[in-house]
Amino acid sequence: MYRHQLLKTFSLFLLFVTFSVTAQEHAEEHSPEGRDIKTEIKEYISHHLLDSYDFSLFSYTNDAGEHIYVGAPLPVILWDGGLQVFSSSKFHHGETVAEVDGNYYKVFHNKIYKTDAEGTITLDDHHHPTNTKPLDFSITKNVAVIFLVGLFMFFMFSRMAKSYKTNNLMPKGMGRLLEPIIMYIRDDIAIPNIGEKKYKKYMSYLLTVFFFVWIINLLGLTPLGVNVTNNIAVTLALALITYLLTTFTANKNYWKHIFWMPGVPVPMKFILAPIELLGTIIKPFSLMIRLYANITAGHIVLMSIIGLMFIFKSWIGSPLSFGLAFALALLELLVAALQAYIFTMLSALYFGMAVEEHDDH
Amino acid sequence: MDKLIEQFSLGLFVWQLVLFIGLVLLLKKFAWGPILNSVSEREDGIKDALDQAENARKEMQNLNADNERILKEARAERDTLLKEAREMKETIISEAKEEAQIQANKVVEQAQATIQSEKQAAISDLKNQVAELSISIAEKVVRGELSDQKKQTKLVEDLLKEVTIS
Repeated sequence: MYRHQLLKTFSLFLLFVTFSVTAQEHAEEHSPEGRDIKTEIKEYISHHLLDSYDFSLFSYTNDAGEHIYVGAPLPVILWDGGLQVFSSSKFHHGETVAEVDGNYYKVFHNKIYKTDAEGTITLDDHHHPTNTKPLDFSITKNVAVIFLVGLFMFFMFSRMAKSYKTNNLMPKGMGRLLEPIIMYIRDDIAIPNIGEKKYKKYMSYLLTVFFFVWIINLLGLTPLGVNVTNNIAVTLALALITYLLTTFTANKNYWKHIFWMPGVPVPMKFILAPIELLGTIIKPFSLMIRLYANITAGHIVLMSIIGLMFIFKSWIGSPLSFGLAFALALLELLVAALQAYIFTMLSALYFGMAVEEHDDH
Repeated sequence: MDKLIEQFSLGLFVWQLVLFIGLVLLLKKFAWGPILNSVSEREDGIKDALDQAENARKEMQNLNADNERILKEARAERDTLLKEAREMKETIISEAKEEAQIQANKVVEQAQATIQSEKQAAISDLKNQVAELSISIAEKVVRGELSDQKKQTKLVEDLLKEVTIS
């Protein structure tokens, strides 16, 4: 029964993929006259890297010249002197002003601003809007993807956990594939870095972060236009959890090594303290930037090379860029797993530093 | 960097934080906990089984060693028993020999004593017989010579002197 459902979902997914490919071709043919294809590709890439208020899989311009979007609207949740919840379909993909209970909102550069009925956005000298920005807790495309991935992970792993009970402590089906990965994280990431005694309390976080980042990175490589880990907000949240876990589970030795480094002369201790203190913040900061930058760079380069196919419309250029894109896509598959591994590994390393026991000094 | 800060979405950050922490807690309760427990339980089971097998092997070795030892002991005991038996046999034989010797000596002694006494008896018997014979001879001689009493007595005395048998 379950397998049947999975198959259905998968075929639906394949359908979407083929749709999106054909739609893109369609859009190319009917691109408005006078627009440079290079700028179009550039805009497309930068648009892809941003979050959006609706789950649009692809868009195209029909024969009548209308822009048609395929996808689903998502709820917009704003705090503007009171909770405002409305569907993102009111924005019409950023083209119109949404009116909710006498307030007007408009999307400008992917952010929601409060405007008047005409939707005027006033800009300052640096081209920043001066309109007020309501607190925005909308279920954006990324939030929806995070939620779906969470749901998927919950069903996959709780099902795996159940299979142990019914199958004499042996995993079944998907679990056979996942168990070695879980064991790898336990035996080769958590235990060597944190230590046999204390690794257990960090396991849930390490396992969740590994699979979460990996699955999300892989989803980013599908043509669904999902891009979660190249949002600094997402990587910041992950890095912040690592930082907080490190800080709040750290033992006396950890703090002693930061504020009063043993084994160095007293003046050095005063110099080392701020450096060490800064180091505790730099470590999770590097986690945040590394994941963000790697995935963003991967997306930009991959999409640029795919875009090259449309620029070189010659018999040699397009196959060449196709080959390049193919090779790069394979590399990105590796990067997706590698970044998840590095994030988990470094988190474990920081936890290990926090709970390390120093016997001598 | 400016662009990065400008793009930063507080909503996404909050959602990610909340959803992710929720996911960690949910998975901890329903997935990671049971999975890791099951795995460690299984590993312990395998370890126990291996330990047991090792123990059984050691026990087996001990048993074999015991058997060997017992066999050796039995062999040694048999050897000592045999040795003892041999010694006993030898002593019995030698004792018997000695006994026999003594017995034989005794017998020989007795025989000798008997012979001696028999000899003595025979001698005395012979003496008696000789005496009788002498007497009878003497009688016969005497009868012939017994014409003269004086001569008779003298003859007897002479004869008796002659017949001195030690």
